[in-house]
Amino acid sequence: MHPGGLVAAGTPRQRKWPSKRRTPVSQPGMADPHQLFDDTSSTQSQGYGAQRGPSGLGYPAASASPQAAFLADPVSNMAMAYGSSLAAQGKELVDKNIDRFIPVTKLKYYFAVDTMYVGKKLGLLFFPYLHQDWEVQYQQDTPVAPRFDINAPDLYIPAMAFITYILVAGLALGTQDRFSPDLLGLQASSALAWLTLEVLAILLSLYLVTVNTDLTTIDLVAFLGYKYVGMIGGVLMGLLFGKIGYYLVLGWCCVSIFVFMIRTLRLKILADAAAEGIPVRGARNQLRMYLTMAVAAAQPLLMYWLTFHLVR
Amino acid sequence: MAFTLYSLLQAALLCVNAIAVLHEERFLKNIGWGTDQGIGGFGEEPGIKSQLMNLIRSVRTVMRVPLIIVNSIAIVLLLLFG
Repeated sequence: MHPGGLVAAGTPRQRKWPSKRRTPVSQPGMADPHQLFDDTSSTQSQGYGAQRGPSGLGYPAASASPQAAFLADPVSNMAMAYGSSLAAQGKELVDKNIDRFIPVTKLKYYFAVDTMYVGKKLGLLFFPYLHQDWEVQYQQDTPVAPRFDINAPDLYIPAMAFITYILVAGLALGTQDRFSPDLLGLQASSALAWLTLEVLAILLSLYLVTVNTDLTTIDLVAFLGYKYVGMIGGVLMGLLFGKIGYYLVLGWCCVSIFVFMIRTLRLKILADAAAEGIPVRGARNQLRMYLTMAVAAAQPLLMYWLTFHLVR
Repeated sequence: MAFTLYSLLQAALLCVNAIAVLHEERFLKNIGWGTDQGIGGFGEEPGIKSQLMNLIRSVRTVMRVPLIIVNSIAIVLLLLFG
């Protein structure tokens, strides 16, 4: 390890990253997990090697261990091997069980984004009027990853926008001297509750109207999460330019989200013929059109409802 | 608006209770929403009414036992913590 670690313990630079600079006599609780596996001194190795195994899930215990004397000791070697096998078993168990509740592989698809996609998608959210082709491209029955197709829904933008909305709400409350930490939690909880309610309402109405669509729940969460981008824009403008700025930007974002949702959902909910623009008469398609318009109209309402109390 | 996740859970519990309480013989049959009155032939489109009746029947069947458990927990929690 760094030889100056002992001597330079007093400098503030060393104190900032204690886990990398300190010698093995430091408290194990303060080091980062990687350090937990490497930093076992010879006196404590037998006890800690097996205990840290199951607690440090996923970290290979046999990563670079600088002390040669530690490795040469056969008992601690066995303990480390036992610990690492326990860790691997634990990791397998967790992976197997978590896949039952949260579809991790399906979620990974929604986070396969890159900077170009995010930039273009944000541009599309603020200005969807010139975009012509709204179809999602398919590749042998599976939708293409969002990285390659701008029309594909993703969860990265909604998740980031949600968190940014909470932070911007805290900022807005702070500038009006109304801030307290539990208000942040309240804002987050409130926005999440509205999102859940929206998802449930749309799922219920999709069930009642018997729409055969490939719109999954996660897709729906992604589409409904896009309105947070407009909300952030509105609140930020409201902070900078007062109520006039807030109403202008919010109005613009509301109309954009309305158009965006209609054009996106039309392809998913309506039958193929109607989606191409041919107005198909029939009670069924009319009902579906009403449903699409209701979903799209609920977005501006919620955008206003969740932000108007933040801008004074 | 103090609309939290917890109040959403409470509202959902109350709604599911409300659906579970609808009695098949005394009430649903009298307004024509009984389960043997609605299921049409194998037509293409079950209308909204038959979908609703299906939904009510499935909620009543599926949620009967879990509702007992969840209601008991809710009663105990509300008694203890208000």
